[in-house]
Amino acid sequence: MQYSPAPLHIPDGFLSLVVSIICWVISAITLSAAIARSNKSLGERQIPLMGVMAAFIFAAQMINFPVAGGTSGHLLGGALAAITLGPWAGMLVMTAVIVVQALLFQDGGLLVMGANILNMGLVTAAIGYGLYRAAAAGNRTLKLTVAGIAAWLSVMAAALFTSLQLWLSGTSQLQIVIPAMLGVHALIGLGEALITVAALTLILQTRPDLLGENSASAKGSRGWVVAGVLISLAVVLLSPLASADPDGLERVAEDLGFLGKGFSAPYQLIPDYTLPFLGQSNLSTVLAGLIGLIVVGAVIVLLGQGLRAKS
Amino acid sequence: MTNVLQVHDLHFSYHDGRPALRGVSFAMCAGEKVALVGPNGAGKSTLMLHLNGILPDRPRDFVHGRGEVSVEEKRLTRDNLPVIRALVGLVFQNPDDQLFSPTVFEDVAFGPLHMGLPMKEVEARVESALEAVRMSGFRDRLSHHLSVGEKKRIAIATVLSMKPQILVLDEPSAGLDPRGRRTLINLLRELPITMLVSTHDMKLVQELFPRTIVMDEGQIVADGQTRDILENEELLTAHGLEKP
Amino acid sequence: MHFDAFDRYHETNSFVHRLDPRIKVAVTVAFILSNALLPDGAWIAFGLSWMLLLFANIFSNLGIAFTLKRSFVALPFALVAITVLFSIPGNPLASFHFLLWDLTISDTGFLRFVSILIRSWLSVQMAILLVATARFPDIIHALGHLRVPSILTTIIAFLYRYLFVLGDEVFRLMRAREARSAAAGRRSGRSVVWRANVAGHMAGQLFLRSYERSDRVYNAMLARGYAGHLETINPHELRRRDYITAALALLAILFLQLAGRL
Ligand SMILES: Nc1ncnc2c1ncn2[C@@H]1O[C@H](COP(=O)(O)OP(=O)(O)O)[C@@H](O)[C@H]1O
Ligand SMILES: [Mg+2]
Repeated sequence: MQYSPAPLHIPDGFLSLVVSIICWVISAITLSAAIARSNKSLGERQIPLMGVMAAFIFAAQMINFPVAGGTSGHLLGGALAAITLGPWAGMLVMTAVIVVQALLFQDGGLLVMGANILNMGLVTAAIGYGLYRAAAAGNRTLKLTVAGIAAWLSVMAAALFTSLQLWLSGTSQLQIVIPAMLGVHALIGLGEALITVAALTLILQTRPDLLGENSASAKGSRGWVVAGVLISLAVVLLSPLASADPDGLERVAEDLGFLGKGFSAPYQLIPDYTLPFLGQSNLSTVLAGLIGLIVVGAVIVLLGQGLRAKS
Repeated sequence: MTNVLQVHDLHFSYHDGRPALRGVSFAMCAGEKVALVGPNGAGKSTLMLHLNGILPDRPRDFVHGRGEVSVEEKRLTRDNLPVIRALVGLVFQNPDDQLFSPTVFEDVAFGPLHMGLPMKEVEARVESALEAVRMSGFRDRLSHHLSVGEKKRIAIATVLSMKPQILVLDEPSAGLDPRGRRTLINLLRELPITMLVSTHDMKLVQELFPRTIVMDEGQIVADGQTRDILENEELLTAHGLEKP
Repeated sequence: MHFDAFDRYHETNSFVHRLDPRIKVAVTVAFILSNALLPDGAWIAFGLSWMLLLFANIFSNLGIAFTLKRSFVALPFALVAITVLFSIPGNPLASFHFLLWDLTISDTGFLRFVSILIRSWLSVQMAILLVATARFPDIIHALGHLRVPSILTTIIAFLYRYLFVLGDEVFRLMRAREARSAAAGRRSGRSVVWRANVAGHMAGQLFLRSYERSDRVYNAMLARGYAGHLETINPHELRRRDYITAALALLAILFLQLAGRL
């Protein structure tokens, strides 16, 4: 059996440095919150629980089912993890999975890992949990239906985020990448929804206590519902908009300073010893020189320590 | 001789409410090696979990229970849990549950490290524990690369490194091939420590343990010399056991 | 059964294997960062980067083409970059007709497309070399040293440990499914929805088993003195050759950056 990667893992080289760093910052802030909060809902058994469940998500991603023409469907798991473990723990678990996939299997890059964590770990968990939480008071059919929709949307959202990052990096053209990614993932998301619902059905039958009132799954705050609904709305509204009027979005991005002329700016942080956000000024040249100096300084310090460590 | 372990009238139910222990009492002397036998579901594992205070410490699973456990005359309470857990070395049935770290070293060091010992002492204890189970060269191995027999021996090392007074092993010979089983038997024979071992392996009982406790349905139904118990065919068949 | 398919470490004795894992992680990240910083069409710098990579291969005793042979994992993703061939304005190189569209490849588009692929291909090779020369538990330690929060490194350590155990379980579940559907006569059995349901059922089963296992693991941790606070060990110590290698690697990378901008 082969370990089969989900088609959303962005490798290094496909995102610009600026987009990579912004995604890293967003992910890092969210994860700090997750670390601080997951402790409260799970207590001291959180470590073995999250650790083994991370291995579960990893292993569950290997379960595939044949679809047609040699292709196969499988699970991404963000929604399932967040629904069963609670949103914060779900995010941490997904992050660990993405880190191991990138480090051990080169499935997804390192510099772009912040983006992969954001798309596949954070967004999926927020949508999956937020929507499910909205239906938590309902009966079983409602819960399972909403979980299925949430799972489908979580994959669509991950695909949308990935497309936007690729476009902002100047790697893909908006009017092609969005319909292509969302089209493919609309199908992949169906598999995700079916697997998630079937898995939850079994869990509700066998261990209803795991999803009951006192479980970590029930402890997420109502704020998640808002977050989940907002991101879902963004997916539902933004996708057709982006495909119909890509020029509009491009104008917005240009105004925000993401896209320079002809895709050139975003991925060169220090081109010709100038910093792009400062323009072609003396200050920019000086700062670029300073950065160079810091690197050289670090090298010298390291060399010095190496020589000292000898004695 | 003083009792290292004393269990008095222990009762316990899991969250489904069905009693798993129904008034268990027994005692063990220093240096004694005792076998614990009985059919699946008799309550052997549940009893063993009580011996270092795991189940009562977890209110989530703990519906009702009473009785007491004392180790070296110290009564097990919430306050002296860390002390008792260092005195009673509990090895779980499945080594994949017991060995939860990526490397052998980290697993064997886990106990001493969480006892708050300094790193030097931890290192020394890891070395001697691995030596005791004859796995000295395995320090830096990855746990998932070990064979079942090796995992079982490392699992014993993970508690030996805490220098316990009593070793409690849950079905140590299950799933071993004949050679692995033989190595384990030799190892258990040579370890100079008080031992309570649950097993379905009656040959092992006959060979290693002078005393046997028979459990069924949450109660002790017999406790005596292994020789006598293995002679009592009526008792054995009544509790689903076989003469070796 | 062992799940050796998951092992990426190549046991051998080499200069790179003996380096501290922190240095290897840091240099890998620096190298990938450097690739991202190189402008499009910096052929000389790309070439020099590859030379650096080849040297790293040689110093790892794994054979000069070790990473090259394993480097094509990221290729399928190149599809998403294909649109830059046509979308960036520039001098036309070639035009052709595809289904409904008339497509023109521009020189700047081509430059950008090839540069993206090269960056990706170089980066993935360094990452491959990292896991081939550092054992994964050591990489986890390195992450701890590099200030990754200990709760994350611990989850990663558990994930790594139980990956093999649960991987085995998945393998057995899938074997059983295949045996059953083979017995039923048709290979894949009924509809896609039905098959997805079977897969979901397997995932649910695996979830429950994993959940129960996490309970037993927690018990095993309690039995050995765990009380909610996890102690970790960091057995690595930086030595002279680690500092010097790091410094030389950084200098080389700085040189690459200069070469890319000449
Ligand atoms: N975690 C648990 N939750 C609920 N019931 C349990 C649990 N573990 C064991 N039991 C039940 O408690 C009884 C005793 O089980 P156990 O101590 O494992 O027996 P043994 O080890 O002798 O086979 C059995 O009826 C079993 O089904
Ligand atoms: Mg048992």
